[in-house]
Amino acid sequence: MTAGVATSAGPRAAARSRAIAPRSGGRPWTFYVLATVFVLYVAALYGPMICIYVLSFQDVRGGLVFPMKGLSLHWFVDLFTQVRTGDVQGSFDRSIRLAILVTIITVVVSFLAGMAFRRRFPGDTVVFYLMIGSLVAPGLVLGIGTGLLFNLLGIEAHWYTAAVGAQLSWTLPFGVLVMFAVMSRFDRAWEEAARDLGATRAQTIWLVVIPILSPGIVAVALFGFTLSYDEFARTLQTAGSLNTLPLEIWSMTLNVTSPSLYALGTVTTIISFLIIGACLGAISLIQRRRAATLGGVPR
Amino acid sequence: MTAGKGGDIELAGLSKSFDGSTFVVEGVNLKIPDGAYCCFLGPSGCGKTTILRMVAGHEDPTSGEIVIGGENVVGLPPLARRTAMMFQSYALFPHLSVRDNIAFALRVRGNSKQERYAKTDEMMDKVQLSELADRLPAQLSGGQQQRVALARAAITEPRVLLLDEPLSALDEQLRIQMRQELRRMQRQLGITFIHVTHTQLEAIALADLVVVMEKGRIKQAGAARDVYASPKDRYVAEFLGGQNLLRGRVQTVNGHHAVVTAPDLRGIQVPLAATRVAVGDDIAVAVRRDDIELVRPGGPALSAGVTSIASRVLAIEYQGYFLKVMLDTMEGSEFIAYVPERKFFADPFEVGDVVLATWAIEHARILT
Repeated sequence: MTAGVATSAGPRAAARSRAIAPRSGGRPWTFYVLATVFVLYVAALYGPMICIYVLSFQDVRGGLVFPMKGLSLHWFVDLFTQVRTGDVQGSFDRSIRLAILVTIITVVVSFLAGMAFRRRFPGDTVVFYLMIGSLVAPGLVLGIGTGLLFNLLGIEAHWYTAAVGAQLSWTLPFGVLVMFAVMSRFDRAWEEAARDLGATRAQTIWLVVIPILSPGIVAVALFGFTLSYDEFARTLQTAGSLNTLPLEIWSMTLNVTSPSLYALGTVTTIISFLIIGACLGAISLIQRRRAATLGGVPR
Repeated sequence: MTAGKGGDIELAGLSKSFDGSTFVVEGVNLKIPDGAYCCFLGPSGCGKTTILRMVAGHEDPTSGEIVIGGENVVGLPPLARRTAMMFQSYALFPHLSVRDNIAFALRVRGNSKQERYAKTDEMMDKVQLSELADRLPAQLSGGQQQRVALARAAITEPRVLLLDEPLSALDEQLRIQMRQELRRMQRQLGITFIHVTHTQLEAIALADLVVVMEKGRIKQAGAARDVYASPKDRYVAEFLGGQNLLRGRVQTVNGHHAVVTAPDLRGIQVPLAATRVAVGDDIAVAVRRDDIELVRPGGPALSAGVTSIASRVLAIEYQGYFLKVMLDTMEGSEFIAYVPERKFFADPFEVGDVVLATWAIEHARILT
């Protein structure tokens, strides 16, 4: 039986690959055109960043433009020791804390919204557009508005007050949209099965819904974190007297004229990658635990 | 069927409407004896799954009662009803191993890990899942998934197990195999099974009680043989298959028989049995396909008490132990004879041959 299938599949597969591949056996010319376009795309995407990273490794003679002068970690040391580079440590600290706070709120609210929107309810379209509408508002204007509103309410604008509100107007719509995509693959029968087996609502959410959705929830968290961590426009008018990291970098571009600015860029990028890597690692760990084929019986 | 363990299930005037105007289930009355294997049979959208979900407690009836063991269970959660449901796609928790899936009910009940695993291992042993205990559902075959779903539901020790199209996710061969396994499990557990399906073969093969549904109402409920061999009406006969339906008008009625005619049907005799018909009524007559005997015209004269209709053979299908011979007896509706294989090949027909389709008058039935 299996042998018969294999022999009949053989010639068919060969016939198909012959039909698509060119007669000479190499790749079609379109491959080279598309490959070139892709290489240019990648170069345009990463080239500017790579320039920054490369220039941050200059020695003490280094300047802001090419050519590269020497090779050292001088400007990284400078970054953390010199007062004139500004409050990098403090702003980094604030940015991380702000991002964590915003991430938590984004995840919780997106999850709840995702749960709510599985069913249609009166006015659901209106609620949906209200939730994602702030995406189209210009960030700077929204930031100024948030600052004004907090002023009106008599709450002093800090990174942990007005900036949280302003950033949520940016991270929440994204979080909700990602959550909807995640939720669309959630089968309600799982919830019903849990209920059927005697689980309370809380047990169903804790033991079934959250574990099944966990890769998606990590993705929402990752989105929330990165969007918050490098948010600029909305934070500018709402962070109060103490800067977040993007604001600090921006002010440095105005008054710091050494490669330590680049060193800062390199450091923040590394941190971003570490965070993204940790999240992706968490997702793949979850996925692997429920992998489809672990050398077991195929489906 | 131990009395007191489960109790009969009674549906009384059960109705369900999702929008307040159209009823997906309408005035259903049914008694399912304790320990029975009951199949709800009908096309999709006939309300059979809604009934199941109402019995399970996942849907509230708009009106009517669901009585299990003498107690109206409407409004109670599934656990308090002591029902358990096996979902159509099994709804196994994808993040939990086979063992943890089965142990779920015990876990939410607050049993200690040791306690619930002891019970779970016992259950896995019973359904031959022990070697698969640490697999995830995605690593199981369809048949294995079904066994896990069954074990997960059975561990709650329900008095009724509700199965929503349990075999639809399986391929043909496995379906027949798992069908037997379901029946075996039902006997082993000794509890009532209510099984929803749209496949008539599945229903009549499994059920003690077959309930045929159409548009939210029960058309006929009874033993498999009653429903298959003595369908009450045209709908049941057509849905269960195996019957030829002849439509015509009653020409004469004489005590025991009626004579029915149609434009392309010269008078055929039909026994009256308990049905009352009057001259001029339009009725349907059912004749089982395996009751039809095909003979060549011009042969020995037919004995009294046999009806015959001359027809032409339209097509022949080989089915293994029998042949399906399609005839042009009635304009616009199929007329099929099931001829045993050996008998057919003793004197095979060809497409286009003229034959007499004959049957004993007493084998025809009037449908209401």
